[in-house]
Amino acid sequence: MSTTRETAPRVSGGFRVRRDSRLSRYGMLGLVAVCIGLAGLPYVVYESVTSSLVTLFVLIAMASMWNLLAGFGGMASIGQQAYVGIGGYTVIWAADQGINPFLGIAVAALFSAVLAVPTSLLAFRLRGDYFAVGTWVIAEVYRLLVIKSDSLGGPSGRALTGLSDMGLTARNAATYWAALVVAVVCVAAGYLLLRGRVGLSLTAVRDDEIAARAAGVDVTTAKRIVYLVSAAGCGAAGGVVVVDALSIQPTAIFSVQWSAYMIFIVVIGGIGYLEGPLLGAVVFFALQQYLADYGTWYLILLGVVAAASAVWMPRGLWGQVVHRTGLRLFPVGYRLDRTDQQ
Amino acid sequence: MGLLNAVVQGVLLGGLYALYAAGLSLMFGVMRIVNLAHGDLGVVAAYVALVLVTHTFLPVWAAVVVTVLLSAVAGYLLQRLLLQRSLSSGPLATLLVTFGLSVILQNVLQELFSADTRSLDTGTFATAAIHLGEISVSYLGLLGLGLALATIVGVQLYLSRTATGRMMRAASDDPEVATLVGADARHVYAVATSIALASVALAGMVFAMRSSFSPTIGSMSLIFAFEAVVIGGLGSLWGTLLGGLGLGLAQSIVGYYDPADSILAGHLLFLAVLALRPQGILAARGT
Amino acid sequence: MNSPQTCLEIRGLDVHHGQLRAVTDLSLTVAERQVVAVIGANGAGKSTLLRCVAGILPASRGEILLDGVDVTRLPTHRRVALGIASVPEGRRLFGSLTVEENLRTGAYRHRAGPWDLAAVTELFPWMADRRRQRSSQLSGGEQQAVAICRALMSNPRVLLLDELSLGLAPVVVTRMYEALPRILESGCAVLLVEQDVSKALAMTDQVHCLLEGRTVLSGAPADLDRKSVEAAYFGIDRREAG
Repeated sequence: MSTTRETAPRVSGGFRVRRDSRLSRYGMLGLVAVCIGLAGLPYVVYESVTSSLVTLFVLIAMASMWNLLAGFGGMASIGQQAYVGIGGYTVIWAADQGINPFLGIAVAALFSAVLAVPTSLLAFRLRGDYFAVGTWVIAEVYRLLVIKSDSLGGPSGRALTGLSDMGLTARNAATYWAALVVAVVCVAAGYLLLRGRVGLSLTAVRDDEIAARAAGVDVTTAKRIVYLVSAAGCGAAGGVVVVDALSIQPTAIFSVQWSAYMIFIVVIGGIGYLEGPLLGAVVFFALQQYLADYGTWYLILLGVVAAASAVWMPRGLWGQVVHRTGLRLFPVGYRLDRTDQQ
Repeated sequence: MGLLNAVVQGVLLGGLYALYAAGLSLMFGVMRIVNLAHGDLGVVAAYVALVLVTHTFLPVWAAVVVTVLLSAVAGYLLQRLLLQRSLSSGPLATLLVTFGLSVILQNVLQELFSADTRSLDTGTFATAAIHLGEISVSYLGLLGLGLALATIVGVQLYLSRTATGRMMRAASDDPEVATLVGADARHVYAVATSIALASVALAGMVFAMRSSFSPTIGSMSLIFAFEAVVIGGLGSLWGTLLGGLGLGLAQSIVGYYDPADSILAGHLLFLAVLALRPQGILAARGT
Repeated sequence: MNSPQTCLEIRGLDVHHGQLRAVTDLSLTVAERQVVAVIGANGAGKSTLLRCVAGILPASRGEILLDGVDVTRLPTHRRVALGIASVPEGRRLFGSLTVEENLRTGAYRHRAGPWDLAAVTELFPWMADRRRQRSSQLSGGEQQAVAICRALMSNPRVLLLDELSLGLAPVVVTRMYEALPRILESGCAVLLVEQDVSKALAMTDQVHCLLEGRTVLSGAPADLDRKSVEAAYFGIDRREAG
């Protein structure tokens, strides 16, 4: 992280421009502490706790990627399940080649990003809402192509090989750590990406795309980078899903439901804030666990809350937090502080 | 001969897709809204008709008429109460609202009617067909095509001949000036959504008569309708009709050689149009 | 023209553009068959004023009365129904509609009065031959004529004309202003925004000069000398006074 740049604030007449506040530095330290605590969890709690946390981490990873795509890149996709599926199948394929499935998750991220290049060439021809449905069609194409492959199990899917010689406890702990790493990397990648050049370009685009283009901002490249990163993250998350479930089924792994989860989490948590998906995923996860006995009602409730948020609370829960307290855990913008007030 | 039959079936199927797509095309044309719950609203109509037929003494045709009217009213209210508000809550809001609505509708239907497949029974009409040699033209297929043509011609006439229809086109060009000449944009938009829902209700019910349906098939209908709109070129209902026919033909002809590839063929046609003729798509987006 | 009836009355109007106050404490009246021009430099708040009267922008203070009825809080389309018609800056015809369809949209509210398709066609006879043409194919001057007629089709009590001469050749602008007397004959009032000061002084009954959202000079053109108008326009008199 480029902390040296931030510790030298530019002072100009009673104001100074800086990215972080004291609050956000404490928040960041708190987050690091939480991560360390979470990493130690398999030594402390029952496996049922860690295994349900895997679901939460997967949701955080996916939602962070969707937030990056839609909240910062302006590309609302309903087709990210394409990369969840591709990532999942990459782990299956890698295992067939003798690659350890946990390593396969990294391969899955890489391969998803590679496939995202030609996909973006097509999808970027669409704008706005049409991009959304177009990406969904592309995800369907990937599903239908996978189904045609017998070695990948066709329409009924396959079991994951290569983990059978691992003990149950060790495997569960390893899956938990893999999920945690993927979630942390996804959140951190978004943070670092947005603090850099890409983030600056995207902010310019968000304010005024035509002006940004006229000022020489390479909008398409910035968007493409975001799209590739988002694909990689969703691919890794898909890999975790398969490692966790030990099997794959094309309809489930390519289901638009993944996009629904991502969208609901981000919209409720707060679109365009890196903290939003974290908060939203916790809310989503809590509701899912709490209403587990009532069928799909949790999804109906979440749909209602998400649609209502989109209309009446467009900046989500974290938007409310920022509005009330000004707290930013991940300061990607700049803030103006008065220095003459003691 | 088999291939010729596939072509005929493709045209009939394409008619149904065009009927699905007409409302999607209208809503996009007038309000720049892509209603992601479009297909699901057709499924809701099918279930409403099913309930009317099984729990009242209404014959099927009367249930269809009642459902279309109910859908029109529902469309008006949907626009006034929900979509209109979302139009002023940022560019993503309508997308998120309609997507949320889609998930809500699918899951509510699942809770109410279970995930089992149903069908709307039309008795002997369902199987009746005109036979010309090896080609069989089903009455239901003709009904779908006929309704698609009637709907598209009707909406086209409405847009060009009536004051409200004209105002829809005007509002599509410049919503602010439309209010400056006296249009209440909320009302004009609500009428457009009302028409869109009435037409997709028809499509959903014709689909339900042709084949079995379940709470989640709405997503597939939306995708097909969307593909028809894009293949035909945005902004024109006649284009949408052609797009629907093109999609139906692609699915049917490829399906004749290998049924497993039928849907994939439709998607690939869509992607090919996207790759080769993107300018039409981009042009309609700019305002 | 003895004591003509007041059509439009604006009292103590403030209009904000986001955080910025674009019009401050503005008052003016326009009587039947009267033309009032609002002049001023770029950014003086002229267009903001018209957009507020039309109902596109809300008033933050003050009131707008049409024939004595308070319309300050009414939405745009209700104001059209009561008789406020606009010719927006830059014409803004509906590009995919034909000339005739554009005109017909003006009659959406069905207000009774002398203006209908035949009457507006008489005002600009060339429109008869080109009524089936798409409005986007017309020249700038022709579009301006159609935009005026579209507004007239609503049989307004008050016609708001925003930057009639923008981007048009002087000879075309003259032709537009030649139509004004015929429009006034129908009994409506005209409130117009104009950058061409000499045009405004020559064609109107009353001139309001705005500077940074405030009226700095107003009166009948005959009572104003060119120098004081120029001074007000560029804000020179304020410096002299202060």
